[in-house]
Amino acid sequence: MKRIVTSWRVFMAALREIFDEAAYSRFLSRGGVASSSAAYAAFRREFEEAKMRRPKCC
Amino acid sequence: MTELREGQSFGTMLDGMKKLLSILGWGVVALLGAAAVGMIAVRRGEPINALWLVVAATCCYALGYRFYSKFISVKILALDGLRATPAERLENGRDFLVTNKWVVFGHHFAAIAGPGPLVGPVLAMQFGYLPGTMWVLAGAVFAGCVQDFVILLFSVRRDGKSLTEMAKAEIGRVGGFVAYLAVIAILIILLGVVALIVVNALKSSPWGTFTIVMTMPIALLMGVFLRRIRPGKVLEVSALGFVLVLVAIWGGQYVSQNAALARAFTFSAPTLAILIMIYGFAASALPVWLLLAPRDYLSTFVKLGTIALLAVGIVLLHPTLHMPALTRFVDGTGPIFAGKIFPFAFITIACGAISGFHALISSGTTPKLIARETETRMVGYGAMMCESAVAVMAIIAACVMQPGIYFAINSPAAIVGQAPAAAAATISSWGFPVTAADMQALAHAVGEQTLYNRTGGAPAFAVGMAHIFSHSLGGERLMALWYHFAIMFEALFILTILDAGTRVARFMVQDALGHVYKPLGRTSWYPSILATSALIVAAWGYFLWQGVKDPLGGINSLWPLFGIANQLLATVALCVATTIIIKMHRAKYAAVTLVPLAWLVAVTFTASWHKMFDSDPHMGFLAQARALATGPVTRATSQLIFNNRLDAAVTGALVVMVALVLVESARQWWGILRGTKIVPVKESPFVRTRLVEEQG
Repeated sequence: MKRIVTSWRVFMAALREIFDEAAYSRFLSRGGVASSSAAYAAFRREFEEAKMRRPKCC
Repeated sequence: MTELREGQSFGTMLDGMKKLLSILGWGVVALLGAAAVGMIAVRRGEPINALWLVVAATCCYALGYRFYSKFISVKILALDGLRATPAERLENGRDFLVTNKWVVFGHHFAAIAGPGPLVGPVLAMQFGYLPGTMWVLAGAVFAGCVQDFVILLFSVRRDGKSLTEMAKAEIGRVGGFVAYLAVIAILIILLGVVALIVVNALKSSPWGTFTIVMTMPIALLMGVFLRRIRPGKVLEVSALGFVLVLVAIWGGQYVSQNAALARAFTFSAPTLAILIMIYGFAASALPVWLLLAPRDYLSTFVKLGTIALLAVGIVLLHPTLHMPALTRFVDGTGPIFAGKIFPFAFITIACGAISGFHALISSGTTPKLIARETETRMVGYGAMMCESAVAVMAIIAACVMQPGIYFAINSPAAIVGQAPAAAAATISSWGFPVTAADMQALAHAVGEQTLYNRTGGAPAFAVGMAHIFSHSLGGERLMALWYHFAIMFEALFILTILDAGTRVARFMVQDALGHVYKPLGRTSWYPSILATSALIVAAWGYFLWQGVKDPLGGINSLWPLFGIANQLLATVALCVATTIIIKMHRAKYAAVTLVPLAWLVAVTFTASWHKMFDSDPHMGFLAQARALATGPVTRATSQLIFNNRLDAAVTGALVVMVALVLVESARQWWGILRGTKIVPVKESPFVRTRLVEEQG
């Protein structure tokens, strides 16, 4: 049971990383701010340039 | 003392038992794998079950991972779990970040999985399932996984440096420059060819076009949700977007049945090509975050979900493969693309066996997330194995169709004829019976007006996928919905690649131009953004337009060109890897990268030679230009002649550039091995990890 719970946690963590939710959480904790519309807009501004430079494979 | 001795002997006995069980277990896997591969290889004349491919692939990957990647880890790379990675040493909470290995694995797989492992194998099935399957299995285990693994590790040991930076540092300026040009070239050719796949999938298809058009308002809605209502809740919003896309697919059938709406969403190939170019330019030049980012998430969500669903569908249905092991087209006269198995099967299937593009991902984001060196094996080697498994699924999807139907969908009108009856008669005369009525019934079942001449691989894959899904989940009546789901899935993530690729190429060009005139390098300076975006879109747009106007359907010329470019990039990556291995004084094991390198050189250089100089006009660009020049002249003739000469020149330029890298690399190897050159390994200095102590 413990293994299933751990696997599920890791699976969700992978999804959160792939979908940038984890990056947003880190952004919030780094700035010590709560999630809000303004915070998300600031995150996108900071994150966008780096993300846009990442190639996507064929 | 006696108790201690008894304890030790019990422990030794237990170890011995474990070892014996392990040998027995792996022996069974090896025997099973050998039986499955043997079945695929020797069975002739009777259809085989897809499960044989699944078993063969599973066993080959398991053995490759357990033994071959372990050998590389221990004997060559000497992975060191105590050495701090850049994620630990340079951690900044953004690019460099210590991350759980499974999370990095998922992230890496999502980045490397694209349309390549789906489309390439489908096209290569014109030879039958045997050559493609063998290449996917052997290519992945001995070449593709190795490339991804070693490049990832070498990047980790160099602070996450990119392939071009490593090529410059390890091979020299020529290596760096060629790697840079090869990346730009492959991006441009890739974008042109994937755009052509979307055009061929959506032309004259109101249902498919409507679904893709609807993803735009859905993405905008997701963007508003993400910004205003649920900031940062991407998974939740993507799930909502996915439900809305399913509603759009369901609604598409009513659009296709309504005469006025169907007319509004029916576009010819040239019109779709122009619309896609406008989209690519807007996506690169305008700040359209609200549309692009949510669509990117939606595309990833659909991609990962669909791949998982397809795997389940194949296992549940375990369909019979109707395609023969080898078709008559092994002689090089195939209607989809011209050329014999060697070298063309090996450049048609790149992603799924070995793809140079993966080296960019393995030296991009991923090395900055790896917590321990030892994890590069699972992430680099393991993720490529999963990508290869996707290629096996594509092979199964293409081969579940009757071969006659497969060829009717994938063959261009110039070869099989424009009229349905003529096309069916031509294909039947090849020994693959199909009737116009069969094709009409299939088109009706999937909600399309026609499925003839849908070159590019995507529609054939969609038919195969719809067959698997409808027979395992939902029944025949859902065939049309599954077909359009598959088309949406492919078109959506190809469009995402198109906008991401245009931006990446634009940044690369801006970086280079910044050395000439500083403001051109500023990514916020609008004249530069507009000019470089227009340049990149014009470059891939030219190839797209060429494909749309090509009487042979475009894929015959462009897919091999893309395959050659992609494999040449892999050649550069393997040159870098071999150079580093030799510098590490592991020359006696250099065959691990040198053999795949030699194979790729043989494949790409032979294919390039045929594409440039073969006397058959269906194969050689220059022969086709000559045939056009001496044949009947139409308005398009001069343009077609120029296109063929351009394709020949691009192929030649790529080969010359890679030959330069090979010569430079060989000079380095010769110097080091003879002892006339002392070149230190350019790794970051060893720093002991703190993670081990922290873990306790």
